[in-house]
Amino acid sequence: MTSTLTPAPGRTATPHRRTKRVRWRGPLMAWLFLAPALLLFLYFKFIPMFVGLWKSFFKVQTFLGDEWLGLENYKTIISDADFAAAIWHSILLALGTTIGSLVLGLGFALLIEGPARYLWFVRTAAFLPVVTTMAAVAEVWRIMFHPADSGMLNTIIGWVGVDPQPWLASEHSSLWSIMLMSIWRGTPYDMMIFLAGLVGVDRTLYEAAAVDGASTWHRLRHITLPALRPVFWILFTLAAIRGLRVFVEVYVLTNGGPNGSSEVLMTLIYKLGFQKNDLGVASAGGIVLFLATLALTLIAQMLRRRQAR
Amino acid sequence: MRFDSALGLESRKGPMAVAGKVLIYGFMVVVFTGPLVGLLVSAFSKTLDPTSFSLWPDEFTLENFVQAKEKNVYLYLLNSFIVVGFGLLLQMLVSVFAAYSLARKKFRGMTFVLLLMLTTMMLPEEIIAIPLSLVLSDMPLLHVNLIGTYAGMILPVGAWGFSILVMTEFMKEVPVELEEAARIDGAGELRIFATIIVPLCRPALGVIGVFGFTMIWDQYLLPLIVAPESSMWTLPIALRSLRSDEEVGIGVLLAASLLALLPSIIAFLAFQRQFMRGLTSGAIKG
Repeated sequence: MTSTLTPAPGRTATPHRRTKRVRWRGPLMAWLFLAPALLLFLYFKFIPMFVGLWKSFFKVQTFLGDEWLGLENYKTIISDADFAAAIWHSILLALGTTIGSLVLGLGFALLIEGPARYLWFVRTAAFLPVVTTMAAVAEVWRIMFHPADSGMLNTIIGWVGVDPQPWLASEHSSLWSIMLMSIWRGTPYDMMIFLAGLVGVDRTLYEAAAVDGASTWHRLRHITLPALRPVFWILFTLAAIRGLRVFVEVYVLTNGGPNGSSEVLMTLIYKLGFQKNDLGVASAGGIVLFLATLALTLIAQMLRRRQAR
Repeated sequence: MRFDSALGLESRKGPMAVAGKVLIYGFMVVVFTGPLVGLLVSAFSKTLDPTSFSLWPDEFTLENFVQAKEKNVYLYLLNSFIVVGFGLLLQMLVSVFAAYSLARKKFRGMTFVLLLMLTTMMLPEEIIAIPLSLVLSDMPLLHVNLIGTYAGMILPVGAWGFSILVMTEFMKEVPVELEEAARIDGAGELRIFATIIVPLCRPALGVIGVFGFTMIWDQYLLPLIVAPESSMWTLPIALRSLRSDEEVGIGVLLAASLLALLPSIIAFLAFQRQFMRGLTSGAIKG
């Protein structure tokens, strides 16, 4: 950190009065102002990252000292059926939530686009789920998902003649129920970003299309959607990164149950690390999660490039 | 025929069009606020069994909030406020200082520092949760144990890449002439920073303030790792322990959930403009 006290190019207003003192003060000041941020990042981001990588090669034992295992922990993860299921659930949940939120977000954005004054109320109300505390929202949904016939969601679907569902209580529907809540929370965010994107679409194109007598579908297909493409990819990449590391929703709603049917990577890592004290495998799981996130981001970028061609 | 939007809905007139619009808007408001309104209503109603959660008020009562005191809910709320108060203060200070350096200075290694910031944003806290608990229990070089302390919940949220980058973008906008004039007048570095740059960035302070608040208030894994004793719990992680109560059923949980939700909702409503600006300025919540 301190080896960077190189003379800065003269930035003072009066070149002939540049003294030695002023010359090195620039960079030193710069690093001083950065120091708190760098120190906190070092301690709470970078050191943990390296500790995690390091521990992932060991059998971590508190009093006996760590035992070198090489890639054993990673082999455990790859060959373990629980991990395979958790990775699959994470991917399914991430994809379902991402696509659901994108499609609904775009649909709602198109419906409430426009300069109307009274729309601010609709937008504000619709955006509330995004800013709410996940743990509390998840508790509310857990209550709404109550599987009894008189549970809130079962009452609502009863009005339109659908039979009561077990929601979180069944192995077949637990993951889909979590997805439903995540889509509810993700849609307004995507909607807002799409709305911001729609503002930038060239109005004269719409006029021209109207003159040519193009249908609404054609207008969407050839003017609106192409203009939104960059926004779409940003949202997709973001959601993919966020979706894989899902934890709080699952932890609160089902804690991976029933019978492991909604166990995701992060809940499994948490159980391994803090309940079974298997820190080595848990650290390796964290690294795998990181690599998966990185891979997804790169894939999204590649798809984006191919689209652009 | 004029088009101000993709579907051209707003230019349609007539009773059918109006009815359709009202239906769409009503549907959206109900779907997205329904669970929250239900919570607000049910927290003040008699609720013994989980199925009595509804949008219709039962009979108004404050019983749930009285019972919540027995269950230490207000202690958890206080813990949350301590963490968010000091955490946000630290986060904003750190961001403003770092941004000053990144926006107003040229020095060797700047690109590298920016890259570091971006890396931290790409590195979700979930990934480092397990090793972070090891680091916190024995801080390298300092050899202090932060598990079970407020500092353990406050320090890790002190530096946030998003907040630093938003602030940096803003500070770049401040005209360099002001700074140079002050320099010629002989003002020192700290004085320029405190009396010229920071006051001009007040709108950005609102943006990073409201985002920082929701980010810290929403922390879950960190307090889970740091607070093994229930006396240190913040409200979000305490909710799980309030699920059933022989006195009021799910009433305490509903009251506590409402208390956990209100601060971020109020923060959002009060700083809506800043919130939307932060959201759409290309800044990304990481």
